[in-house]
Amino acid sequence: MSWRPDASWSMLQQRADLFKSVRQFFENRGVTEVDTHLLSQYGVTDVHLKNLSTEFSQPLPSGTNTLYLQTSPEFAMKRLVAAYQQDIYQLSHVVRDDEVGRYHNPEFTLLEWYRIGFDDNALINEVSQLLSETCGAPPIVERSYQQCFLETLKLDPLTPDGIEGIRQHLESVPALTDWMQKETDASTILQVAFSECIEPTFTKNVPQCVTRFPVEQAALARVDESDPRVAKRFEVYYQGVELANGYHELTDAVEQTRRFQDDNRHRVTNKQPQMAADKRLISALESGLPDCAGVALGFDRLLMIKSGAKHISEVLPFTTNNA
Amino acid sequence: MANYSTSEFKGGLKIMQDGEPCSIVENEMVKPGKGQAFNRVKIRKLISGKVVEKTFKSGESVEGADVIELELSYLYNDGEFWHFMNNETFEQVPADAKAVGDAEKWLVEQDVCTLILWEGKPISVQPPNFVELEITETDPGLKGDTAGTGGKPATLSTGAVVRVPLFVQIGEVIKVDTRSGEYVSRVQK
Repeated sequence: MSWRPDASWSMLQQRADLFKSVRQFFENRGVTEVDTHLLSQYGVTDVHLKNLSTEFSQPLPSGTNTLYLQTSPEFAMKRLVAAYQQDIYQLSHVVRDDEVGRYHNPEFTLLEWYRIGFDDNALINEVSQLLSETCGAPPIVERSYQQCFLETLKLDPLTPDGIEGIRQHLESVPALTDWMQKETDASTILQVAFSECIEPTFTKNVPQCVTRFPVEQAALARVDESDPRVAKRFEVYYQGVELANGYHELTDAVEQTRRFQDDNRHRVTNKQPQMAADKRLISALESGLPDCAGVALGFDRLLMIKSGAKHISEVLPFTTNNA
Repeated sequence: MANYSTSEFKGGLKIMQDGEPCSIVENEMVKPGKGQAFNRVKIRKLISGKVVEKTFKSGESVEGADVIELELSYLYNDGEFWHFMNNETFEQVPADAKAVGDAEKWLVEQDVCTLILWEGKPISVQPPNFVELEITETDPGLKGDTAGTGGKPATLSTGAVVRVPLFVQIGEVIKVDTRSGEYVSRVQK
C-alpha cells in the first residue's frame, strides 16, 4: 500500500510560505481571518455544484439528520458580514462532489474574502494586488464577457441571434457537433463556447479578468443598473487556469429567494434533486447585508501557478485518491 | 449492453459511437466553477483505427460496446478466412480480410496475436511486435559489407517487403518490428 504523500517537502514549504503571505496581505489591510463551519444543514441550489453529505447520528433541533459539506464558505461568511459589518477573509477546506482532474480535487482550499463598501471594480483591483504581492503577477487586464465574444467570434452573447450564431459555430466543431445539434439551453451554449473558444485565447502570463457576465449566469451577483442584461460578476484567469470568481454582492433577499427558486426549477428540468434554500442566509439578507463585494480564489491553483506545478496532486499533501 | 455515464469514463472503456465500437484513449474533465461540466474525450474507433476527439456533456450516458480482446494463435489461411485458435479452450475463430487488414503480411503460424471481437466477431488483428520471417527474394549483396549501410529491399515468405542490410541473403531468417515494418536483426538458425 502506497502511503507516501503527493506533494514534495519543498512544495509543502512553498505552500506554507503562500499561506503566510496571504495572511500578511490581509493583515496589512485590516481584514480579519475567520473560520466558519464545514458541516451545514443546508447545501447549495446551484445547478452546477453538487454537495457531498453525511448523516448525524441523532436529529438536530430542526429535525434533520443530514449535514452537507460546504462547497464554499459563502453563506456563512455573508451571515458574519450581515451580523458584524466587518471585512473578513477565510482559508478553508471545501468539498465538491464529482470534481476530479488535473485542476480539481474533491476536497480543496478556497481563499474567500468580503470587503464592505467595495464594488466589483474595487475588488478586482485588490485581487490584482494579491496576485502581484503573492506571485509577482503583472497588473490584471479587464475585458467584459461581451467584448471577449465580439473580439474572438464576432458574435454577441447578449442577444438571441448572437447565441444562435455561437451555437452554430460550436456545431461546426466536429467534437461538439452531436451535443450542440440538440442543445437548447443558452447558458450551457455560452459556457461551452467560453471554455472552448474564449479561454484558449487568453494571454497566459498576464492575469485576465472577465467582467459583466450575462444575467442568467449572475449566480449571487447584483444586476448592473446601467445594463440589466449583465450582472456585476467577474472571473479571473491566470496561466490558463480559472482562478477566482467574485461579485458585487446581491443584498436583496427577495431577489435572492427568486434565484434559489430558479435554480431549483432548472434542477427539475435537469432531473437533479431539488435543494432547500438556506433560510438563515435569506434571513440575514432580510436583516440587511451591507453593500459589499466578495470573491473566492482557488488557493491550490494559486500555488500551482506560483510553483509551476502541472497537476493539483503536486501541491496537495494528500489527494482524495491517496487519503 | 450496459450504459456508461461520463463519470465512469476512463482509458480502455469500450463504448459505441456513430454505430462503431470505440475505445476511450484519454478523458479530461472540464468544470468551470459556476458552469456546465463536460468531458473532453479522445476515442479510438476500433474498426477504422482512427482517433477522434469528442466532447460530452457531463452526466450523459453512452451505450457500452460488446467488445473483448483475446490473445489467439494464428493457424492458417483457407483463401477466405484467417483462422486463429484459443490455446486454452482450443476454440477456433475465423477472421475475414477486413479484420486482418495490414496484419496479413506479418502472420506467422503459431504466433500469438491480439484480436478484438465485437459481438463475437473479429474486427481487428494485431500481430506480435516482433516476428521472424524467411527472405525469399533479394538482390545478392556485396560480401564484406557488415556495416549495414545503404540497404536493399527484400521480400519475405509472407509477401512483406522490408529494407535489409546488403549482407543479408535469400534463405536467411530475419527479425522484423511489425509496428514500423523495419528490419531488426538476423536470426541464427
